[in-house]
Amino acid sequence: MTGFLIRRVLAGILTLLVASFLLFLLVAVSGNPLATLMANPHVSPATIAAARQELGLDRPLLLRYWSWLTSMLTGNFGTSTTGQPVGSELGGRLLVTLQMVIPAVVLAAILAVLVGVVSAVRRYSVLDHTLTAVAYLFYSTPVFVVAILLKDFLAVDVNNATGHTILYTIGQNDPGTTGTWNVFADVVQHTALPVLSLTLITYAGWSRYQRAQLLDVLNADYIRLARAKGLSPRRVLYVHALRNALIPVVTVISIDFAVLIGGAVVTETAFGWQGMGQFLLNGLTGPVSPDTNVVQAWMMVVAAVVIGFNIIADILYAMLDPRIRLA
Amino acid sequence: MPEPATPTPILLPPAGAPAAASRGQLRMAAERFFRHKLAMTGLAVFVLLVLLSVIGPMLWKYNYEQITSQFGTAPSAQHPFGTDTIGHDMFAQVMEGLQTSLETALLVAAISTVIGTLIGAVAGYYGGIWDQIMMRFTDLVLIIPVLAILLVLSNRFAKQSDSSLFVGLMLAILLWTYLARLVRGTFMGLREREFIEAEHAIGASTWRIILRHLIPNAAGAIVVNATLTVANAMLIEAALSYLGLGVQPPQVDLGSLIAAGEGDATALPWLFYFPAAFLVLAILAVNFIGDGLRDALDPTAREH
Repeated sequence: MTGFLIRRVLAGILTLLVASFLLFLLVAVSGNPLATLMANPHVSPATIAAARQELGLDRPLLLRYWSWLTSMLTGNFGTSTTGQPVGSELGGRLLVTLQMVIPAVVLAAILAVLVGVVSAVRRYSVLDHTLTAVAYLFYSTPVFVVAILLKDFLAVDVNNATGHTILYTIGQNDPGTTGTWNVFADVVQHTALPVLSLTLITYAGWSRYQRAQLLDVLNADYIRLARAKGLSPRRVLYVHALRNALIPVVTVISIDFAVLIGGAVVTETAFGWQGMGQFLLNGLTGPVSPDTNVVQAWMMVVAAVVIGFNIIADILYAMLDPRIRLA
Repeated sequence: MPEPATPTPILLPPAGAPAAASRGQLRMAAERFFRHKLAMTGLAVFVLLVLLSVIGPMLWKYNYEQITSQFGTAPSAQHPFGTDTIGHDMFAQVMEGLQTSLETALLVAAISTVIGTLIGAVAGYYGGIWDQIMMRFTDLVLIIPVLAILLVLSNRFAKQSDSSLFVGLMLAILLWTYLARLVRGTFMGLREREFIEAEHAIGASTWRIILRHLIPNAAGAIVVNATLTVANAMLIEAALSYLGLGVQPPQVDLGSLIAAGEGDATALPWLFYFPAAFLVLAILAVNFIGDGLRDALDPTAREH
C-alpha cells in the first residue's frame, strides 16, 4: 500500500508538472494582456513598453515559465493586475466555493444512494419509473436553469408568503452579521439555494449509476448463495449487496467532486458568489485580460485538486474492495 | 487451382466474432431500437425540434433580429412566446437559438467522435509506446475541467464573427477523451482474437483491419457515445453562453437567451421559460435516443 501510494503521488506530481507547462502555454496564447492598452490611442508606446516590462512580457516564454514555476513552488503565485497577492485571495475564494460544493456533494451522495437503492429494489415499479423520470429530467437540465427557477420563482414565492427574507439569492453571506448563531443562520440562508441547485443536478447521474451497480450485484452468484443460505432479505441487501455496490459509486463521487469545484463557476455566477470561479471569470473578462497570474494559479489549483481526488479514488477503491491488490 | 473442399479452420468466420456489420445483427439492433418507446419518443421530439429550428425561421413572419413595436409583452396570438424588452419576437429568437445550439452540438459530436475514434484506435491497436503517448495525452486533457479551458480559449477566439463555429470547434477538441478510452479498450480486446490473426495471415493491411473489422465491432459503443456527446455539448455550450463567453451577438443560442432573460425573469417570465424549456426538451430527447441506442446496439449491456 505504501509503495503504491508513493508511486501514485510521484506520478501525480509529474503529471501536474507537465500540465503546468501546457497550462502556461494555453494562457499565453489565449490573449494579450496589453491589448486594451495598445488599442487606446492616448497611450504612448513608452507606457506600453513599461507595462510590458512590468508584466515580464519582454522576456522569452520559457524564462517566464521557469520563474513562474519556481516562485509557485515557494508558495508565491504572484500578484494580480490590481496588485493583490493571488495566493491568499485564491485560498479565501476556495473556501467560499467549498461552502457550496461540500454540502452539495454530501447531500447528493446520500440522495443518490437512497434513490438508487429504492429504484433497484423496486425495479420496474411505479416508484422506480417516477424516480427514473425525475433523474432524467435533472440530468438533462443545465444547473443555471435550476438556479434561476429556484431564485427567481421559489425564493420569491417563499419570501413573499412569509413576509421575511428567508432565502437569499445573491452572495455567499452578509458580512455585517454578528453573533455566532446569527452568522450561522445567515450562511445557511445564503447557501441553501446554491446547494440545492448543485445537489439536484449532481445526484441524478449518481443515482442511475447506483441503481445499475446494485442490480449488477444482486444478479451475482454470491448473492444467490446468500439467499440460498436463508439469510434475511434485509441482511442480503444491506450487508452483502449494497456494500459491494457502493464501491464504484464512491469512486465516481470522489472523481466528480474535483470536477464540481472547477465547474462551480456557473452556480457562483447565478447566485453572485465571490468564489473561485468568479475569480477566474474576473481574471478573464477584467480590463487587463487575461490576468495571467490569476488564471494560471486557478488552473494549477484545480489541476492539483483533480489529480489529488483521482489518487483518493484509487485509494478508496483499494481499501473498500479486498479483491484489488496493490502490487 | 480448385478451392479446397474444406477451408482451413483459421479462415472460417469464428463463432460470435466480427459480425457487427452483418445485416442480421443490424436489423435486430434496429428492431430493438424501434421497439424502445422512450427512444422513439425522443427521436420524434428531436426531429420536430430540428425541423422547427431549420424550417421555422423561414416561415415565421418575424426575423429573430427584427425589432417590433411591442416591448416586453406577454405571449399572445401575434407573439406566441411574447416579446423581450427590446421588442424582439421571442418565438423567432427561440427558433434561431435552438438552431445554433443544435448545429453546434451536432458539429461537436461529429468532430470529437472522429478524433476520439482515431486516438483510441491508434492506442488500442498499436499498444506499447503509442498507447502510452496517447493515453497520457488523454489524461492531461482530462485534468482541467473542460469549462475552464473553454473559458480561457474563448476569451480570445469567441469574439470572432462566427462565434458558434469557434465554440463548436473548441468543444470538439476537448470532448473526445471518454470515447478514446472506450475505443482503446475495445480494440485491445479484439486485437488478440483469432479473426484478426487470420486477417494478418492473409496479408490484410493495418488500415483494412482497423476500418473493416475493428471499428465495426466498436461501432455500437461509438454511436452511443456520439449521441451522449450531443447532449453533453448542448449542456456545456449553453453554460458557456450563459457566462457570456460562448456565442456572441448578433448570434443567439438558447444559453445566451436564458442569460438575457434572467434579469427580467420575475416580471417577464416567458423570456426565461421558453428558451429554458426548449433547451431541456432537446437535451432530454437526445438522452432518450442515446439510452435506446445503448440498449439496442451494445451487446454487453444488460437488461436493466
